[in-house]
Amino acid sequence: MTDDTIVQAAGLTRRFGDVLAVDDASFELQADRIYGLLGRNGAGKTTLMHLLTGQDFPSAGALEVFGHAPAENAHVLQQLCFIKESQRYPDDFRVKHVLRSAPWFFENWDADFAEQLVDDFQLPLNRRIKKVSRGQLSAVGVIVGLASRAPLTFFDEPYLGLDAVARQTFYDRLLADYAEHPRTVVLSTHLIDEVADLLEHVLVIDRGRIILDEGADELRESATTLVGARATVDAFVGARDVLHRDGIGGLTSVTVTGLTAPERREATASGIELAPVSLQQLVVHLTRSSEKEFA
Amino acid sequence: MNPITEARAIFLQIAEQIENDILSGAHPEETQVPSTNEFAAFHRINPATAAKGVNLLVDRGILYKKRGIGMFVAEGARARIMATRREDFREQYVLPCWRKPTSSASARPRSPT
Repeated sequence: MTDDTIVQAAGLTRRFGDVLAVDDASFELQADRIYGLLGRNGAGKTTLMHLLTGQDFPSAGALEVFGHAPAENAHVLQQLCFIKESQRYPDDFRVKHVLRSAPWFFENWDADFAEQLVDDFQLPLNRRIKKVSRGQLSAVGVIVGLASRAPLTFFDEPYLGLDAVARQTFYDRLLADYAEHPRTVVLSTHLIDEVADLLEHVLVIDRGRIILDEGADELRESATTLVGARATVDAFVGARDVLHRDGIGGLTSVTVTGLTAPERREATASGIELAPVSLQQLVVHLTRSSEKEFA
Repeated sequence: MNPITEARAIFLQIAEQIENDILSGAHPEETQVPSTNEFAAFHRINPATAAKGVNLLVDRGILYKKRGIGMFVAEGARARIMATRREDFREQYVLPCWRKPTSSASARPRSPT
């Protein structure tokens, strides 16, 4: 643990009856980084964020956020902002009421920034929150999450219903504001390709377990797809760990991890084509191969 | 400008991009280059990643830091980049041509020097 560690989880577990929603998760979050929390539907992303934000209690394990257990702890909670996928607001609230009440909860709230974001997302301030579209509701969450400037901000699938333009606006504003006001951001998302370049560090959760905890740059170079004649590729792959295998006729494509530069040259020299693997493909392969383990 | 691709670490691509711009004359020697935040916003990447790319060039003596002002292209940066690239080209493209496509390493006719 370093001085920059703001979240420390050891053996964190949350059980619902027979289901282990979070299973023995141990990881750390460092200050002022953008994290990606990736995983399939029902993998445990939201439960994990509920635990980190003190909205649920762990069944087992230790958890410290800003040095303390988060549940019922004002010192911790006032530094957090959690934008949920389906945030509920009081029934008679209008959009402007949400933005007006936000500074009660977030001491770093920047009203000017919020106003600018309202313009960017073209939000109708006077409309009742019950009447706005799904995308506009997501935009409200995004604005609260950005303008709160909380030291630790969670976005849980913040883009539901947001069109491509609005999503790009979100990513751009997040990057620009993060550069000026560094803080820790956890983005939970399925749209991995869209956010891949924004992330500094990636956590992949599958069936409650953290199966990957790695810097984005390291991941980017970690896997390679080898394409070529089946015999040549198989001979080269040998006993390596194979993430994914595909083939058609005499051609085969195999995804492996951890190729060194000399090995790459050797592969190219023997007529194998090397193709990069995107973060999204890597996560798909990883979560699939851990499925097979259980089958 | 080349788009960021999946192939390699982004910070390497950023470093390469800045080098390209120095070679093309877009960033002449002893002039200021954009800040890491500007690179991050332009390429839509994490600022820490952009900083990593810029710092790589500082380590290589291509860029240097003027405290409180920003990053500048070092004198002789162009010549240094060209020398490195010539060497890389030899490693990546010229040397492999000496190897027979299907033979094993021992069957190589002679070593290129």
